[in-house]
Amino acid sequence: MTNGMPRLGLLALASGLALGLAACGADNTEQGTDGSSAAEPSVSEQPAFEGDVVVLAAASLTESFSQLGADFQAENPGVTVIFSFGASSALAQQVVSGAPGDLFASASPTTMATVTDAGLARGEPVVFVRSRLQIAVPAGNPGGITGLADFADADLTIALCAEEVPCGAAAAKAFAAAGITPAPDTLEQDVKAALTKVELGEVDAALVYRTDVRAAADTVEGINFPESGDAINDYPIVLLADAPNAEAAQAFLDYVLSDGGLQVLADAGFETG
Amino acid sequence: MLVPAALAFAFLVLPLLALVLRAPWRTLPAELFGPEVGPALRLSLISASAATVICLVLGVPLAWVLARATFPGRRMVRALVTVPLVLPPVVGGVALLLLLGRRGLIGQYLDGWFGLTLPFSTAAVVIAETFVAMPFLVIAVEGALRGADRRFEDAAATLGASRWMTFRRVTLPLIAPGVTAGAVLCFARALGEFGATITFAGSFPGVTRTMPVAVYLALETDPPAAIALSLVLLVVSVAVLASLRDRWITGSTT
Repeated sequence: MTNGMPRLGLLALASGLALGLAACGADNTEQGTDGSSAAEPSVSEQPAFEGDVVVLAAASLTESFSQLGADFQAENPGVTVIFSFGASSALAQQVVSGAPGDLFASASPTTMATVTDAGLARGEPVVFVRSRLQIAVPAGNPGGITGLADFADADLTIALCAEEVPCGAAAAKAFAAAGITPAPDTLEQDVKAALTKVELGEVDAALVYRTDVRAAADTVEGINFPESGDAINDYPIVLLADAPNAEAAQAFLDYVLSDGGLQVLADAGFETG
Repeated sequence: MLVPAALAFAFLVLPLLALVLRAPWRTLPAELFGPEVGPALRLSLISASAATVICLVLGVPLAWVLARATFPGRRMVRALVTVPLVLPPVVGGVALLLLLGRRGLIGQYLDGWFGLTLPFSTAAVVIAETFVAMPFLVIAVEGALRGADRRFEDAAATLGASRWMTFRRVTLPLIAPGVTAGAVLCFARALGEFGATITFAGSFPGVTRTMPVAVYLALETDPPAAIALSLVLLVVSVAVLASLRDRWITGSTT
């Protein structure tokens, strides 16, 4: 509790700041960083960055980005990285509706297009990682799942992501490639919600990202399936046009794209390079 | 005094006005008869009605006990009954999963003995809605019972009416407006239930995807459809209130 209070205060301060700064963001756009090569790794020699960086990121990036944010803050004590994790499609809609933020990392180019089509991105999105789907089953595999074909079994309890969100769209692609008509019992609103149903043992299997299975390794087992190659998700990331703290955000983006940053993502189960 | 009052009124009404003004009126018929609205609306109305009936059958006796009976720990019971009223619905959903889920306290036996699993079924939607809505009914009916003149009941009893007869022929008509008001609140709350439903029952078209869940999902990819769905929900809610308004007002003035 003693730890939680100042953080809450910071968050409130941050959202206030972000709101206030968003109003004057429009004047600052001429110093846009569109042309700068995003792949330059080193940030430590730069002058110290300050303020808050608000990152809207796909739910599947929760563990790796939290890690990257903590590392980045350790190197840049003046910066606080604040994350909002959720379904990419929901986050994209929030950006369109004017949610203040500096960076947007999406789990699919389609949801990224919602933001870029609205003219809310600064420069072109960069695809920084890819993710593969994996079958997640509760520890011990009570449903006896062996492959994607089991998802057509109406007697098993199956969770999938809704097709509106990227993991659901990827799942649909995989099922189409395999020629399987799944019999899901629930269509969850984001990948973490689907994973939670597996963690609680409420479903026999769900289709989530490999990274999610790895993040829940204690309670969930992953099963690879060959058709996952047909449904690999590209993860694009972009600086937002109204970014209140564009310089520090660019620095964090560079940090994510640096060798060290990509290593963290690779350790989490993403495919990089 | 007038300025803050006007502000409060505007604050409550303007968002609804925005919803109506920004509605995609031209494409509305197409949205309304699209594949999403029909099943979701039907499911919402059926499950909210079922939840209201369960609330009435179980909630009225509970309210009667709270208002009329004296037993140790009655205050505690009343406090516990109102917890779902202030509990975030998502927490209610998690709690229901831990009790009635496939590995829940009771759910594991339901599954093991009868092969009955509640989550991801329409029954789960009704249970989630009943859980969040019942306190509204209990509070309303208990208030009505406390406000009712007990001398009528005493008179009935002295004239030889049994307890059940007294309750059915004297008490119930006396508190009818309170019960109606409670049922309306209960129905409206059940109709709007989102958090506990999506947590406990999941989201599947025609089975567990109620209107609020459909609105939430549609907002991510198809905002005009979400506005259309919201509009339907608004109309249904207002219609429910309006149809019972007269009785409700009578209830509060007698």
